[in-house]
Amino acid sequence: MSADQEQAERTIRCLVAKVGLDGHDRGAHVIARAFRDAGFEVVYSGLHRAPEEVVQAAVQEDVDVLGISILSGAHNTLVPKILEGLKEYGAFEDTLVLVGGIVPDGDKEELRSLGVAEIFGPGASMDEMIDYVHEHAPERN
Amino acid sequence: MSELVADLLAGEHRALARVISMIEDRSPGYREIVSELHRHSGTADVVGVTGSPGAGKSTLVDKVASTYRDRGETVGVIAIDPSSPFTGGAVLGDRIRMASNAGDMDVFFRSMSTRGSLGGLSTATTDAVTALDAFGKDKIIVETVGAGQNEIDVVRTADTVAVLVPPDSGDDVQMLKAGILEIADLFVVNKADLDGADRTVGQLKEMIHHRTDASGPEGHGTDDDGWTPPIVETVANAGEGVDAFVSAVQDHLDYLDESGRREEKVRSRYAAEVRTLLREDANALLAEELEARGGVDPAVDRILEHETDPYTVVADLIEPLESCLEERRQG
Repeated sequence: MSADQEQAERTIRCLVAKVGLDGHDRGAHVIARAFRDAGFEVVYSGLHRAPEEVVQAAVQEDVDVLGISILSGAHNTLVPKILEGLKEYGAFEDTLVLVGGIVPDGDKEELRSLGVAEIFGPGASMDEMIDYVHEHAPERN
Repeated sequence: MSELVADLLAGEHRALARVISMIEDRSPGYREIVSELHRHSGTADVVGVTGSPGAGKSTLVDKVASTYRDRGETVGVIAIDPSSPFTGGAVLGDRIRMASNAGDMDVFFRSMSTRGSLGGLSTATTDAVTALDAFGKDKIIVETVGAGQNEIDVVRTADTVAVLVPPDSGDDVQMLKAGILEIADLFVVNKADLDGADRTVGQLKEMIHHRTDASGPEGHGTDDDGWTPPIVETVANAGEGVDAFVSAVQDHLDYLDESGRREEKVRSRYAAEVRTLLREDANALLAEELEARGGVDPAVDRILEHETDPYTVVADLIEPLESCLEERRQG
């Protein structure tokens, strides 16, 4: 009856996750706020999350976008574990995975080939990230 | 049966997560899904937890969930945070406190925003609880800030409602009188190690006593349906008092079963659900009709010119519906 009404613009849900040992969450906070102001619903994981906790959160919260913030340099071990977990629960296909932090150019290709959609380094602008999310957030029905 | 429902009933976390999203988004087809799930629900105990911001709800919920898990029960949590009325965005931070259950998939924790503009928060929450219940969760905890009628509506759908009061919050206790007191099945004074906790406990005791005196002839601390809300003192972040909380909840659930109040509650919950849905659907139907007739603006123009008035406008819209229903009843 009111299908068109019920199909009001879907709210984009994001998980902003801090994994591993580094305690620098200023960037994650700034991004969480910017996403909120862009009208997204942002689930913030808190610090020092293990990959399986991030997977649990991404699966249960059914987020469209998973933003992983890593400044420790451990991305090559942590990110693949998260991607594996998403696949295990059937969540990989329709989750846009972004990595924010300091990732050497040499590692970027590797992360992309594993399934990370984009990597945002220092100096990336908020607007750029928000536009990217708007453009690439997975279509769902 | 739809594939999504089958997957959910088979215990797939992803299907459960997806169904809750559909409920929140009111995606096409969500109604059929909730209808199907309904007959598989009705076994979980639902506990509502409310209280002012910073009272320690999330921390307590985390500890309570892990206590249930230790007893071999599965848990669903719905944590509701306010969304911005301006952008619709929200930062949902309750998950940060979920440290005791990190990585345990048998605690299904879901953050929801109030999505103010959409309304229907209590409908969405009720439906999400139905989904968790059908999934097979033994205990479902609904956590919400106790401010505003919306939140009160949400939390009162629970079997047992716990209201958290931070210590030394004289003003808060005053505020509680205004509505939350009536829905509390138990009180929790969290951060009971802080100064002022004793005073808060005292104030609450007095208030409960007063309430019970006023509501029944017995006046011995039992209210008119035979339940006196206990006050549990906790230090949630240290895990103190959590067992006492869990047994207080169990006492209340037992009371509901033994007194037959559970059945009454379920009945009135379903009745409220039917009424809410009816209101929402009738509202949507008539809003559509209003749009089809050119929207509200032309009507307002005519009201401004004193050619008509709000009552007449509404009567014109309702009239066809009324006569149609009348015809059917007679036919």
